[in-house]
Amino acid sequence: MTTTELMTLKTEPFVLNFGPLHPSTHGVYRMRATLDGEVVLDIEPVFGYLHRGIEKLAEERTYTGFIPLTDRLDYICPMSNNLAYCLAVEKLAGIRVPERAEYLRVIMAELQRLVNHFIAVGTFLNDCGAFMTPVVYMLREREKILDMFDMVCGQRLTYNYMRIGGVGQDIPEEFLPALRKFLGTTPRFIEEMEWLLKQNEILLARTKGVGILPRDTAINCGISGPVARASGVNRDLRKADPYSIYDRFEFDIPTGEAGDCYERYRVRIEEMRQSLRILEQVTKQIPGGPVRAEVPHLIRPPRGEAYAHLEAPKGELGFYIVSDNSIAPYRCHVRPTSLINLTALREMVRGWKVADLIVIFGSIDITMGEVDR
Amino acid sequence: MKFERYGIGIIKGMTVTIRHLLRHPTVNQFPEQRLNVSRRTRGNELIWSREKCTGCATCAKTCPQGAIEIVTATNAENNKYEVETYRVDTGYCIQCGLCVEACPYDAVFMGYSYERAKYRRGELVQTNDELLESPERPASGYYHPDIAGKLPVQTLLVDKIVEKRK
Repeated sequence: MTTTELMTLKTEPFVLNFGPLHPSTHGVYRMRATLDGEVVLDIEPVFGYLHRGIEKLAEERTYTGFIPLTDRLDYICPMSNNLAYCLAVEKLAGIRVPERAEYLRVIMAELQRLVNHFIAVGTFLNDCGAFMTPVVYMLREREKILDMFDMVCGQRLTYNYMRIGGVGQDIPEEFLPALRKFLGTTPRFIEEMEWLLKQNEILLARTKGVGILPRDTAINCGISGPVARASGVNRDLRKADPYSIYDRFEFDIPTGEAGDCYERYRVRIEEMRQSLRILEQVTKQIPGGPVRAEVPHLIRPPRGEAYAHLEAPKGELGFYIVSDNSIAPYRCHVRPTSLINLTALREMVRGWKVADLIVIFGSIDITMGEVDR
Repeated sequence: MKFERYGIGIIKGMTVTIRHLLRHPTVNQFPEQRLNVSRRTRGNELIWSREKCTGCATCAKTCPQGAIEIVTATNAENNKYEVETYRVDTGYCIQCGLCVEACPYDAVFMGYSYERAKYRRGELVQTNDELLESPERPASGYYHPDIAGKLPVQTLLVDKIVEKRK
């Protein structure tokens, strides 16, 4: 074939199926990508492969009996899910939580943020092509936190630790020394990773300027969490609508400007530092006392509805509960972080190549358990 | 994109790799070396105490999965209320531990052991005497601080790394 013949050759868009079982889709996510050569023209997400009907299951379980199922929503960070649900029921029933329980909740929520960001950054670098090395280092650090969660609540992944009106059990005496040791070693690890990756030219070439999410698009799509903050939206519910006792601690909210994949990575690293800062303050201030309010075994909140939200590691996580004064919620709705953050994916990937699609998808940091529920 | 710093990333990467190569290994050779699990671990099985149980069925009502079945009867001979069947379908159990927490008589415990896989689906349904505590089925300290005090201390990765550095 001559060059002129090639130039006049008719081309047409090509539809490529990603997933549901693709190593880079972080779960059972499927997208139909329309490609022009290697350039992504459009993507069409297909959800529902992990749908378990958790919202419906809440209607036939007691208020306490639904807590183990919230673990299964975003299975990377179950403590945050537990906390969000408990906050919603406490708001509905007007329960006051003891002081020590609030501190324990903050410890668990911040450790959970570290866990999530270790996974998020590790798998994101894995998607960028740093195959396995960073993710294994990150998982080793995560393991230290999982050990501590295991010590407190007896399991490494589905914690079921928060209860309505406090937390399940008080921490064992060996917990705080372990936490102090952890706080002593982890900043060094984060600095090492920063030194390795911040100026790495391959990482910069793959992520800088890639998948830009403009500030107004982020606001219009309802994006929250590190993805929104990387686009310059200075909104963190820990400061914007302080829940629990977050107004007692000093911390900053890292924000980016460019809104590209590199900024999202930077914001997550900065958030890890801020979480460590909060944990330092909590370990100094933690008081004694009971860890659980006097709550009846079968809670019957008064008729009404409540919405409580918190800053989960991935963004705003909310629970909306309607009560009809029975032992089970009349309706329970979850405002999922991952699903809403995923809606901006199409805006971000248009015009980028297939290899960038993977990187952009990894930089949003989603969990399919929360998307499909 | 300018690549004036090209090459430094590789040197940095190799430095970190070599540094990690000389560190204390964190991996255990599992079947030979075993770590101590948490004292509050929620292991694979439920342990039931026949002496303490009164058959109130609070655990069965609390179970989110409905995995516990209790049949009680009145003994006509000595006019006593007794538990006829206590059946747990471990296949449905999600190890949430709510039954242990709810039991007003401390008659239910989470298991401390692991590796309790079965070959057949039917073997997962355990009844009465199969649920009692035995040397192969020790009880865990979940919601039972007195038992937790007797169990070995949990191995922590943090301790391991900090000790090595000294």
